[in-house]
Formats: sequence, structure tokens, C-alpha cells
Amino acid sequence: MSIIEIKSLIKTFGKIQAVRDIDLNIEKGEIFGLLGPNGAGKTTTIGMLCTIICPTSGSAKLAGFDIVKNPAAVRRQVGIVFQDPTLDTVLTGHENLELHARLYGVPAKQREKRITEMLELVDLKGRSNDITRTYSGGMRRRLELARGLLHKPAVLFLDEPTLGLDPQTRARTWDYIKKMAQKEQTTVVLTTHYMEEAQLVCDRVGIIDQGKIMALDAPDNLKESMGGDLVVIRAKEPPLQKIQNLPYVKEVKLNDGAVEITLKDAHLHLPELLSIIPHVECVETRMPTLNDVFIKLTGHDIRKDSPEDSGSWVDSVARYRQRGK
Amino acid sequence: MSDNRLQKELMGIYALWWREFIVFRREKSRIVSSIVQPLMWLFLFGSGVGASINISDINYRDYIYPGILTMSVLFGSVFFGLYIVWDRKLDVLKAVLVAPVSRLSIFMGKVLGGCTDVTLQILILFIFSFLFPSVNPWGIPLALLFLLITSIALVSLGLAIGSMLESLEGFQVVSTFVVFPLFFLSGALFPVDNKLPLWLQSLVKLNPLTYAVDGVRGALLNVSTFPFYIDFGVITFFAVIMFLLGSVLFSRMK
Ligand SMILES: Nc1ncnc2c1ncn2[C@@H]1O[C@H](COP(=O)(O)OP(=O)(O)O)[C@@H](O)[C@H]1O
Ligand SMILES: [Mg+2]
Repeated sequence: MSIIEIKSLIKTFGKIQAVRDIDLNIEKGEIFGLLGPNGAGKTTTIGMLCTIICPTSGSAKLAGFDIVKNPAAVRRQVGIVFQDPTLDTVLTGHENLELHARLYGVPAKQREKRITEMLELVDLKGRSNDITRTYSGGMRRRLELARGLLHKPAVLFLDEPTLGLDPQTRARTWDYIKKMAQKEQTTVVLTTHYMEEAQLVCDRVGIIDQGKIMALDAPDNLKESMGGDLVVIRAKEPPLQKIQNLPYVKEVKLNDGAVEITLKDAHLHLPELLSIIPHVECVETRMPTLNDVFIKLTGHDIRKDSPEDSGSWVDSVARYRQRGK
Repeated sequence: MSDNRLQKELMGIYALWWREFIVFRREKSRIVSSIVQPLMWLFLFGSGVGASINISDINYRDYIYPGILTMSVLFGSVFFGLYIVWDRKLDVLKAVLVAPVSRLSIFMGKVLGGCTDVTLQILILFIFSFLFPSVNPWGIPLALLFLLITSIALVSLGLAIGSMLESLEGFQVVSTFVVFPLFFLSGALFPVDNKLPLWLQSLVKLNPLTYAVDGVRGALLNVSTFPFYIDFGVITFFAVIMFLLGSVLFSRMK
């Protein structure tokens, strides 16, 4: 069953076409990723699904409710973690969750139990009575995840959930996302411009560029569509024809004196491949990344004009905001 | 609206109020300065001028007590409302605004929160009323009612302006062109009578706060320029208009 059905969704801001005609179904229980560079229209798409932004045309249904005709019902079904942090930094972690529980009408009897449950899930129980201003970037994100799931939404939206976090914290945050999605049986829709994030966290990925979905599949299938892994070999007299005849080899090319071989499952077939080539000088293997897929589809690199992955959390947020203006 | 729906909206209003109350309690230095500042007006400014001046046979320091109370409400309320510019800047409001609670309820929660802050400040200032011999303690409940209505009006005004402001630079502008004129033209520091130059008299009479000050003065000192029903009517009307204006602008925000 599709929990989200998007039909011909379009959003224009004046002359800018932020989202051009998206058709997409998201299945119940999956972790779905929208992968695309800055300005691809990810935030705008999520904004429409959460009823914060009104579509220019087209429609979408979330948990059976129309986002335009019945926004109030949709809002009760969604949890959202915004791209920019939105914690109330004057309040403690616990108070942030309490405020949220009240706003979402979580009945008083269940409130405390649910808050404790969520705090334990993100390992913040011990710090829950500290003002969130004192939290680290990773802790804030985790609390936001907990807050997003507090009212048991049918769909949890995460807009660039690990933006600006250092690599270690990012990996931990992925673990939390997966753990929570599984434990709470929630559908998760996340946006990202990190290839690894899409690859490691998502069941399915939609590649989005300039407001359009360019490809849609499981990350492994998307990479498969590149035709396989790449092995680059330098050798004195490579037997090109012989290589080509191997059943698992897709393509052989000579490039600048090196043989570029596209094949399936390089890790399995490399020994045999090497055994038929005399005088191998050097070997390099490369698995295709989602970025290769992206380049193939759009002709440009997803990382161009993305902010560096380093730098402080505040800096990258500031950079992002400036970009948005 | 079904019972359940109404209940959820009420819970939303309560949530916002609860948040403001926690923030209020946490900002101790702000509470202290909001008490100390009016006391400085009363004892440093009021005693100084009062050394040589009585108005309607009341010592000047006692005479401006109602005006300074109103001033506290004015500053406290308007700046409380304007504070949402900051909340928006920090995206604190963003998470609140996507919740399944109507904008009107969020607005009402904010107004209630602001009025609570201001009322608590005023109650503390009332404790000091025994230092002003001309003040009639039995008039305090009526004065409080006037100040509460005034606070509803002014928090709404602050929120209305805050909904439209894009940046914090607007604070200074609002302070210079809204808050201070409202204060100086309210008769908080001088009686509104025929001795005033005509232009000043007209401006003062156009200022809704004048009627708040006059009402509070009537309640506490038993001297007033306008009859009770005029004071009460004008200030209530002002509050209704500001509340409506504020809720409309707040709903349209962003
Ligand atoms: N409120 C807005 N007004 C005008 N243009 C906007 C607005 N929001 C987004 N855009 C534009 O729409 C495009 C898509 O933006 P966005 O959805 O934020 O992309 P992403 O989240 O993928 O980085 C960008 O070109 C952006 O500048
Ligand atoms: Mg974005």
C-alpha cells in the first residue's frame, strides 16, 4: 500500500520552477530518500507534503488525506525534522518534548510514558533536564528525531538530517534513524545530498535534479544500472578479445594505455580476470557510486556547489541560510 | 467544531502559555530589571520632581504611580510581542507552526503568556504600593483589571508588528516611533488638562493609553480626567481591535 501518492506535483516561485511535475508513490514502512544537489527542490517537495507550502498545481495524498483539501488531517499524520534546527533552546530536552506532545494532542495519560520511551530511544534520558542550548549538534538532531516521532506519525520527514554533522556523528545518526524507523514502524522520507546517506540508510532512492525525479529504485539497483563495477588494468599486451569473451564482462575499453573493464561483481571475478592477462603492471577497481549514477543521468556532479562536509554545524547552517536567501 | 477538536485547540493554547511561563521563570534577570526600572522612575525621578510639586493635592511621586504601572505594562507587553521576530529568526516557531493547531490558538497562547508575565510583574509592583500613601489599596483589583485589558491590547500590538518585521533592526524603530510616543503622550507623567498646549492635548486624547492611565489613576488615587465608562470603553475597544488585528497578521505571517 502506498502511504504517499504524489500526482503531477508542481511548485513555482515566481519564475523559478522549484518542483516540476513529480509523480511518486512511497510505500508504507520504507525509508525513502530524495537524493539531489542543492536547489533540486527537495525541501520544497517535503514542504508541500507537510502542508507548509501550497502546491502550484497537482495533488498528493498522505495516509489517504489530500494535502490541499485536508491539511489539518495531514498534519496530524506527519512528523518533521527541518533542515535547519528548530529546537526551543531556552527549554530543556524534556520540556521540548512536552511542548510538542501537547501541541499534537498526545493525551496526558500517555504523555510521560511516551516521552521517556523516545528519550531512551535516542539515548538522551540522562541529559533530558538540561537546557538544549548546551547540547552538541548530534544531540540536538537526536532530540529532534525523538520529537518528530513523539506523536506516532504515519510518516516522518527528515530534511537533510545529518547536514553539517561530523562524519562520526553522522554515522551514529544514521543508526538512530534506522533503529527508530524499525522500532516505530514508521515510514521515513528523508532528503539528502550525501551519497553515502542514500546508499546506507534508504530502502529506495529517488534521484532528483532541477525539480524532476530522474531515477527511482533501490540504491543497489541504481548502481547496477551503471552496468557493473569498473576494473582498470595496466598491462604490456592485454588480450582484449579474450577479456571481452568472458561471460561476466560487459564492456572493454582502451583508455590512455589502460584497459577499462566494466563487469559484474568484480570482487568475485578479479582473480580469473587477472590470470588471463600476462604482465599486469597495476590494477585498480572501482565500484560505481550513486554519484556516478547521478552524473550519468544529469551530466553534472552532485557535489558541485554543495557545502564542504567539514566546518562547524553553525557555519554550515549559516551558509545554507544565505544560500536560501 | 467537535468537542475533541476544541479540546485539542485548548491544549495547544495551554501548551504555548506553558512554554512562555517557563521562559519567564527562567529569565530572572529580566524579571528583576522589569521591577527595578519602574521603581527607579518612581523613587529617583518621582521623588526628585515630587520634592517641589503636588498635583491635585497629591505628591507627584504618588501621582505618577498609576502612570508608571501603565508604562511597565506598555514596555513589557510590546517587547514581549516583538520577541517573535527573534523566535522566527531562530526558527523556534517553525516547529510550532506545523503542529495541527490553528494559528489563532497559537496567537492566543502567546497573548495569554505575555499577559501572565506582565501581570506577575504588576502584582510585584503592587506590593510596593504601601510606600505611596495616597494610593487606595481597595482600588487595586479595578486597576489590575484595567492593566490586564491594556496588556491584552499591547501584547497583540507587539505580535502584530512582530509578524510583519523581517529583522531585529526593527526593534529600535518600533521603540522610537511606537513605544515612546505612546508613553509620553499618555499622561503618565502629567495631568491631561487645559493647561496643556492644544496640539499636545489633542495627541494625548488620541492615544488609547491615556484612558488606561486615567482609569488606573481613578481606581488608585480617585482622580481622573474622564468618566469611568469612557476609560473602560476606550481601552476595551482598543484591546478588541488590537486582538483582531494581531490575530489576522499573525495568521498571515510568512
Ligand atoms: N520561498 C521561496 N521563494 C523563492 N524561491 C524559492 C523559495 N524556496 C525555494 N526556492 C527555490 O526553489 C528551488 C528549490 O529549492 P529547495 O526546495 O530548497 O531545494 P533543495 O532543498 O533541494 O536544496 C531553489 O532554486 C530555490 O532557490
Ligand atoms: Mg533543502
